[in-house]
Amino acid sequence: MWAEIAISGLKLAVIAGMLLTVVPVMTWVERRGAAFIQDRLGPNRVGPWGLLQPVADAVKLLFKEDVTPAHVSRGLYFLAPAVAVFVAASTFIVIPFAKGEGIQVFGVPLRGLIVAPDLNIGVLYLLALSSISVYGIVLAGWASNNKYSLLGGLRSSAQLISYELAMTLAVLGVLLASGDLRLTTVVEHQAKLWNAVPQFLGFLVFLVAAFAETNRLPFDLAEAENELVAGYHVELSSMKFAAFMMSEYINMTTVSALATTLYLGGWQLPGIAIPDGWLGLVLSFAVFMAKVGFLLWLFVWVRWTLPRFRYDQLMRLGWKGLIPLALLNLLWVSVALAQGWL
Amino acid sequence: MVTLAHYLVLSGVLFAIGAGGVLLRRNGIATLLGIELMLNAANVALVAFSAFHGNLEGQVFVFFVMAVAAAEVAVGLALLVAIFRKLQSADVDRLSAMRW
Amino acid sequence: MELAIFYLVAAVAVLSALVAVAHRNPVVNVLSLIVTFFCVAVTFAMQGADFLAGAQVLIYAGAILVLFLFVVMLLGAPVVSGEETPRPIQKTLGAFLAAAVAAGAFFLFSSLRETGSNLPAAGNTTRALGRLLVGPHLFAFELVSVVLLAALVGALVLVKRKH
Repeated sequence: MWAEIAISGLKLAVIAGMLLTVVPVMTWVERRGAAFIQDRLGPNRVGPWGLLQPVADAVKLLFKEDVTPAHVSRGLYFLAPAVAVFVAASTFIVIPFAKGEGIQVFGVPLRGLIVAPDLNIGVLYLLALSSISVYGIVLAGWASNNKYSLLGGLRSSAQLISYELAMTLAVLGVLLASGDLRLTTVVEHQAKLWNAVPQFLGFLVFLVAAFAETNRLPFDLAEAENELVAGYHVELSSMKFAAFMMSEYINMTTVSALATTLYLGGWQLPGIAIPDGWLGLVLSFAVFMAKVGFLLWLFVWVRWTLPRFRYDQLMRLGWKGLIPLALLNLLWVSVALAQGWL
Repeated sequence: MVTLAHYLVLSGVLFAIGAGGVLLRRNGIATLLGIELMLNAANVALVAFSAFHGNLEGQVFVFFVMAVAAAEVAVGLALLVAIFRKLQSADVDRLSAMRW
Repeated sequence: MELAIFYLVAAVAVLSALVAVAHRNPVVNVLSLIVTFFCVAVTFAMQGADFLAGAQVLIYAGAILVLFLFVVMLLGAPVVSGEETPRPIQKTLGAFLAAAVAAGAFFLFSSLRETGSNLPAAGNTTRALGRLLVGPHLFAFELVSVVLLAALVGALVLVKRKH
């Protein structure tokens, strides 16, 4: 039993390390990528190519004065960022990062780089957590005792709930095709063909919903700097603000990892069978990270290319556009399964 | 060893707390919360019996209870919002216009 | 060990349920009910009902209570919680009934003769539940979708402002 606990601890350490690296790297990619897209250079003074810029940002945020405005609900004010980060990070325990067949650590089989390989309700767990993540934003908006925060928080959570529906319907198509809620089964099912190919519509719906779920442009009205005075986190300073920013990047990584697992074949390479053992582990991990990296770059790319949606346009797109498309995708998958094409 | 009795006691106590909430509070929202608590207590009992008998029918029932609870909450809250707009108060004792 | 976990979860559930119905501030009520629902989800998982545990968090804690929180925030919590004390007869009757049910449940059920333990059934209930829903219980399944549609339309009609 202690060996299994040690292994789970190691896997969690790998995930935590990955998350703590992704956040600063993404801030750097965001700023340099934004700069290049806007035909300028971006921060390149701090360290080679500006690679130490995130460190400087973190130090700045740490040393900022932690202003707590008057009349805030103290408990909720401190709880909201904590909930946001916790929920964002907890989603990683069911995502299979690498193929780890045939490896034994401390005498116990590793069964793939996934913290909870036996969770029968893998995808349901993820959906449940994403609906809990709404609370972080709603509570931040409410606790700040500020009309703009409240408005931003409520708008943002309405947006999250609406697009959650579209995301769930798109994911249902994948579940139908693979026949199991476990993400390891979903990845293994995509050995010959990635799910994005037959379920292109579902993939598109999932990506758009993922943009809305993470409050990224073009759907970031709730936290827009020039629209709503930075929305639901205008009253949060220093580490609480940093926590929300972190939770946003972790959320981005989560949906990218989810999209990779569900639609882009996870750690599989098309046509090439990844070997067992340590070589396979490293190889599949690299493949997985490459796909996730590509999707993260897509997030940055879209952010600095497209204009922002107005709130009613956003809601209209979610309810009247994405949900019918996702249902169409579901219909198509059912027909394909019945005919034996998938 | 956790037996059926444990879960049933939990279910009964939760139901009693929910019923107390409905009976003792005059705030519309607290009443609806009490109703949700009672429904959950019923769910706990249903799942306990389902596990006891090894039969999944109890879990199917819980599925339906969840769906119906969601529907009921939606309508209940809509009613509350409509009443609040009229009366500027969520006190259910003020809804006495139709009393004898 | 399972017994210890159950007692912990049950204690937290009962405590947060008490806060959920007794506290003045509606936001605190809703948040503590979230904790109660999480504990109930844990009891579901302990008995092998994995799909229902996930569905409990997804539906109850993640959708229904968000709706509650929306309404509380839109109505404005200070205004909502302003209430006079309930009438004495209501207080005594209510408290007596609630205490009677709780005590009755406690003493009645703890003297149950059945000693079989509620061990978890074979884990993967999702597939079996799905088969049951579209098999023997298909009619109820379809009816529930109509109920949800009716609730949707009803809620929209109730809050529509007459222009």
